[in-house]
This record gives sequence, C-alpha cells and structure tokens, in this order.
Amino acid sequence: MTPAALRVPAIGDDTPELRARLHAIWATAPGWKGWFTTVDHKEIGIRYIVTAFVLLALGGVEALAIRLQLAGPDLRLMTPEQFNIFFSMHGMTMIFLYSSPVLSGFSNYLWPLLLGARDMAFPRLNAFSYWVYLAAALFLYTGFLTGNGPNDGWFNYVPYAERQYNPGLNQDFYALGMVLLGISTAVGAANFVVTAFKMRAPGMSIDRLPILIWGTLTASVANLVVVPAVSLAFFLLWLDRQFGTSFFRPAGGGQPLLWQHLFWLFGHPWVYAIVLPAMGMVSDGLPVFCRRPLVGYSLVALSTVATMILGFGVWVHHMFATGLPGLSLSFFSGASIVITVPSAVAVFAWLATIWTGRPVRSTAFLFFAAMILLFVIGGVSGFMTASVPVDWQLTDTYFVVAHLHYVLIGINVFPVVGATYFWFPKLTGRMMDERLGRWNFWTMFLGFNLGFLPMHLIGLFGMPRRVWTYPAEMGWSALNMITTIGSFAFAIGVLLFFVNVAKSWRAGALAPADPWGGSTLEWALPSPPAPYNFAVIPTIASRHPLWEEALDENTPRSTITRGMMLDTGKETVTTTPLDAIPDRIVEMPCDSWAPLLLAVALGILFVALLLKLWLAIALGALLVLGALILWLWPQRRLLEREPAHG
Amino acid sequence: MADAMPAAPGPLPVGPVGRRGLGQWGVGALIASEAALFVYLLFAYFYAAASARPGWLLEPAPKLWPALPNTLLLLSSSLVAWIGEKGVERGRRAEALTGLIGAFVMGAGFAAVQVYEWSIKPYRLGTSSYAALYFTTTGFHMAHVVAGLVILAMLALWVALDFFSPRRRIVVSAGVLYWHFVDAVWLLVFATYYLTPYLGFAR
Repeated sequence: MTPAALRVPAIGDDTPELRARLHAIWATAPGWKGWFTTVDHKEIGIRYIVTAFVLLALGGVEALAIRLQLAGPDLRLMTPEQFNIFFSMHGMTMIFLYSSPVLSGFSNYLWPLLLGARDMAFPRLNAFSYWVYLAAALFLYTGFLTGNGPNDGWFNYVPYAERQYNPGLNQDFYALGMVLLGISTAVGAANFVVTAFKMRAPGMSIDRLPILIWGTLTASVANLVVVPAVSLAFFLLWLDRQFGTSFFRPAGGGQPLLWQHLFWLFGHPWVYAIVLPAMGMVSDGLPVFCRRPLVGYSLVALSTVATMILGFGVWVHHMFATGLPGLSLSFFSGASIVITVPSAVAVFAWLATIWTGRPVRSTAFLFFAAMILLFVIGGVSGFMTASVPVDWQLTDTYFVVAHLHYVLIGINVFPVVGATYFWFPKLTGRMMDERLGRWNFWTMFLGFNLGFLPMHLIGLFGMPRRVWTYPAEMGWSALNMITTIGSFAFAIGVLLFFVNVAKSWRAGALAPADPWGGSTLEWALPSPPAPYNFAVIPTIASRHPLWEEALDENTPRSTITRGMMLDTGKETVTTTPLDAIPDRIVEMPCDSWAPLLLAVALGILFVALLLKLWLAIALGALLVLGALILWLWPQRRLLEREPAHG
Repeated sequence: MADAMPAAPGPLPVGPVGRRGLGQWGVGALIASEAALFVYLLFAYFYAAASARPGWLLEPAPKLWPALPNTLLLLSSSLVAWIGEKGVERGRRAEALTGLIGAFVMGAGFAAVQVYEWSIKPYRLGTSSYAALYFTTTGFHMAHVVAGLVILAMLALWVALDFFSPRRRIVVSAGVLYWHFVDAVWLLVFATYYLTPYLGFAR
C-alpha cells in the first residue's frame, strides 16, 4: 500500500493533547546522543550565538593586547611579528568568526518563529552549517595557538601573503580555514533563502515579512553568490604557495591586483551582509519599545534590498589607491556615494518611529537607539572616504580604522547586544537584569566613543594602520593613550554584558510569553518555545499579528490558536514564494548523525590538505563521500522513495 | 472586520512529487553558488588576459581537436541523462538505467579525453599564470564532472534497486539537473579558453 499522495490537512485547535503528540514527534533525543544529532533550529541557533560570543571575547582580548602595545610611544610589549599576528587574528575573528555567525545564530533561532514555521527548510543542513563553522574556528585558532596565525591583516594582500615573503604555515592555515568557513556560510545562506521563500505561514505574503527576514534574506542571497569569490581567492593563494602557480605573482605573469578584486568583490557585499540583518533587528525591535509600527515599512524593506544591489558595485572603493584608471574610480566613487541614500532611508525611518512613538527606555531600546547615532557617525566617515581625493589622504590611516569600528561595532555589536536583551526571554525563558543592563549600556557606549572618536583624529594626524609602534615626536601619544583607556572601558562594558547573560540565564526572573508586548509571532509562543514551535500552523492576516486588536486596522484577524495540526508525523507545510498560499505538506528530517559526520570528514580532509599528507587526503575525501552518500540515501520516511519499492 | 479564519487548504501533495519539492530549491541554490564560482574563475582569466603583455596566451590558436568533439560528447550526455530521467518518470526501468548509465559512460569518456588533453599540453601548472588558470579552471570543472559521475552512478544504483516511481523521483531529477549544470558550465569554460582567442581576445 502506498499512502495517498494528496491529503487535506486536518484543522484543529491548539490543545494539550495535540501538544503532547507533537512533543513526542519533534523533541530531540535526550542526552549526549541528542546533543550531537539534533537538527532543531533553536538548539543550533543558541550554539551559533554562544560560539560567536566566545569568539567575540577572544577577538576582544586580542584587541586589548594591540591597544596595550600602542598605548604609548616606542613600547616593546610585543615583537613586530607578534603584533602582525594579533591584529590579523583580531580582524579575522571579529569579521569572519563573530559578526556574521552571531547574526546567523539569531536568524536561525528566530526565523521559523517569526515566519510561523516549525523549522528551517533544511534542518540537517542547518546543523551541518554550525558544525563546519565550529570546525573552521578550531582550525584557524589551532594555527594561532601553534604560532601560525594569519599575519597579513584580515584582507591578506599579496605579495606579502605569498610564500617567498611568508614561509611559515600562517597563510596556509588562513587560506584553508577560510575555504572551510566559506562552505558553512554558503550552505547556511542557501538554507535562509529557501526558508524565506517556502516556509512561511499561510497568509504571510512578502509585504508582511518582519524586516529581520528582509535583512537576512538579502544578506543570504548576496552570500550565496559572493562567498565563492573569497573561497576561490584563498584557494588560488594556497596553490600559489604550495604548488608553484603564479595567479598573483608578477614573475609568472600573474596579477597581484587580482587578489584585491576577488577579495573585495566578496568583501564589500560581506560588509552589508554583516550589518543588514542587524539593522533588521533594530527595525523590528525598536518599534516594540516605541509602541507603534515601524515608520515606512515598505521603504525600509526596499532600501534593504537596494543597499545590497548597490553594494555589489562598490568594491573598488577599497582600491582607490592602487592606480586604477580615473574613469573606473569615478564610477565606483559615484556608486559609493549613492549607497548612502538607502542607508539614510532606514535612519530616518527609525528616527521617525522614535519621534512619533512613546519610547520605553529599556536597555534594549538604549542599544537600538545608540546604534542609530553610531551608524550615522560611521556612515558619514564612510561617505567621506567614498570621495577619491579624500580617500587618497585617509587610506591606510587610523581614520579608516575608526570608520570601520563605528560601522562594525555600531551596526553589529550594539544591535546584537540590544537583540540579546530583547530576545533573551524567548531564548532562555528568563529576563535579563535591567539594572545591570544600564551599567552595561553606558559603559559600552561611553567606552566605545572614548576609544574610537579620537581615533579619527589619530588618522587625520597621519598615523598609518598596522604599524607596530611609533616615535614620541609624532604627537600621537596622548590620543593613543585615550583610545587604549576607552577600549578597556568598552571591554569592561562587554564583560558586564557577559556577566548579565550568565547571571540571568542561571537565576533571572522567569519570563512570560510576551514580556515586551511584541507584535510578531514569536511572542505568541511560550518562553522558551516547544520543540515544534507552533502547535497549529498560524494563519497570518497582517504585518503585526499580535497588534491587530490594538491597531484595529479593520482587516481580517490572524489566527494563532486554530489551524492545520499536521500531527501524523514530523510534518509541516510549505507555501508559495510571494503570496504564501499552502502548496505542500512536507516531512521533516529527524535527529541525524550525517551533518556531524560530514563536518568531521571535512575537518580531516582540510587538516590533511594543510599538511599535504596525500594518504590522509585520500582518506578524508573518501570519508566526505561516504558521509554525503549516507546523508543523501533516499529515505522512505522523507518520501524520497516509493515505500512499496526496493 | 472579518472573523478569524484559519487557512484550510484543499488536498495538498504530501512530500516531493515528481520533480517538485524542497529538494529542487536546494539544488537550485547549490547551482547558483557553483555558477558564481565559475564566474569568478572566468573573471580571473579575463582580468589576467586583459592586463597581460602580448605573448601571455600560451596557445594563441588553441587546437579544437579533441576539445570540440569532447564538448559535443559532454553536451549529448545531458540529453542521454534526460532520457534516463524520463524513463523514471514513465516507470520504465530499463530505459531509465540505459539513460543514466549511458550518461555516466559518456561523462567518463569526457573525463578520460580531458585527462589525455592535459597530458599532451606543452606547459604545466607552474609554467605561467595562463597555464595556472587553464589547469585550475578545467581542474575545477573536472572535479564537478567527477561529482556528477558519482551522482549518476548512485542514481543508477538506486534505480536498479527500484527505489523510485513516477511519483517519488525528486532525487533523480535533482541529480540530473546537477549534471545539466556541469555540462552547461563547460560550454562557458570551453568558449573562454578555446574560442575567445580566435575572436582576437588577448592575442
């Protein structure tokens, strides 16, 4: 007998009996086995966030070491080589191992809840993406701990990265580690894209998506097509170093600038990929504390997409000083100036939301509001360097360092910490301490500005980036000391944040389902949510399903307590990409070893490649193949094969 | 204001049916990312070529034998793989196996000829940036051919084990779609390395 290929999903109410049935179907196995095999997006999301915060702390300690070395003139705390490794590790850690994964973590956790879905489109791929991220982080930090950290800055320009000038394994660790990390980013991006288009609750048409979905979706589409550029660049670098090719070596007809093109073709869209989801957090979180919907939803959503589209055409502004033709500089300068328009749209939308709302000054609100200010400062300094003559003055100085920290800390760290205060109750079932939160906010905010505002001046006074030390007569000493003090104050602020998280997770006040009076679907669920998220599939009728009574926009109401039950297996429903009309019942995968096995196999393969152990490379490749076949072997339960056959 | 009414759809397909299902979206995303990878490889070629000194092309007039017939062999293997997919769709197992195994043999033939062509090149990987680009780009493509061959072999095995039916066959459609991609992208690689020099590019 074959089960019917068509079925009318049963409609029912959210009852305790239904919840008990779903719990038995959806819960991850208990104990260590479940820990290694879970595919629950909430579990994976929390792992992503915790791992990323650990790496934030490591990158922060590296930054403090750098700041100690630069606190005064002619200091000798580190050797120049150690300094190179420290600032490169710091950049690599913050940009690749913290800022993107932390957003993936929040999106992984929140997306299905915001979308009214029971999980991501590809739960096993989701688990795999986390394990590979962890493997890449361990790989890169193994390099650091064995004295082989990257030592050429995070963007790793040739020719210094070539073997002739850099004979150790440092660059090989970096190159292969980045290729490994690229696999994680690309599959994660694919998962977000498909989830956004297929896994939304019925009725959640494309104009009803929370802005966080827009942000992460846009970033993911970009990541899907730009990550291969940097993976390729690093792979070619590794070939140059280990197999005598000359992609980037002029002696063999190669082009050093090719590295910069491939790197920034990826690198600039990446900058938007690590801020757009964070801007989405603010667009969704800020209105809750202003007690009104976001002003200009459509404009903000469209400007998110517009920023990314323009973001593909600005990579050369990182290369203004490389001697490219004037016409090309004009084009990229123009594009870089135009891109401020969609960014400004978001800023004015947030300001109008605060202005016309009734702000509740919670810690989360403070972080979100501070982000607007820091974004404007970082945006203006970015706008300045979009102009070619100004860039020629400022490039490779501390002005650019100040700019990129305003952008990355201002538009990533501040919103992420705000988002943690905002969604912590949902993630853990406990509230964070608001009193400690104020201390946390003001220490971070004042420390950050004390550290990085004077850094603009250091740059204008001509101090180049990446220098190990400087003589006293340059006149940079006092400002550098202030920056060092500010960076330590900022670090204490971040430490207070970690203390608050640890303390609240253990013994914070128990959180209700909806502590803030939120408007989106996740606040309709218990804190923390059940493994299946939604007992019945909700039906969405507006952009703010939980605010329909309050807003009373005279539209049909969303339904959250009655809907498709889908309780005869680990099932959910997919919908059409634009209008979210149900189009299929799908079976979701259960706990699986395959993602972990494939990640371990890849880890073995990459270590073998690093050491050029040919036998181990062959073994690693076979393991990868075996894990893939295990994963993809058609399963009856997933209806990938005919139950009656074979 | 209307009453709250949950979406109550009529009969919905359960699980992947035919070639439709979430897996199709997954393979689409994989192909998009892999296509981007080849775009960057070809970008590297055109960038290096456009900024190189005369004489950079090691083969100003690349020999089209055996590359052109080999290209035709690979392209026609796509057609044969499609016949295999149709065989599964129509529930004709012999036809399906013939198509999938046929495509595998043709793909393996392409790979063998490509390896032979590598062996008769007068330059090696480390000779120059042109040589590095040529071997790396065709090497990347070869890696995709090998992955495609493994997929075709697994599909043939699963068809032989009678896993699929006209209804449950998304795995076959996804695998064959990937094979089409491997073949289509070769056209771009072939056109870049073998044809653009005849148009005068970088000569």
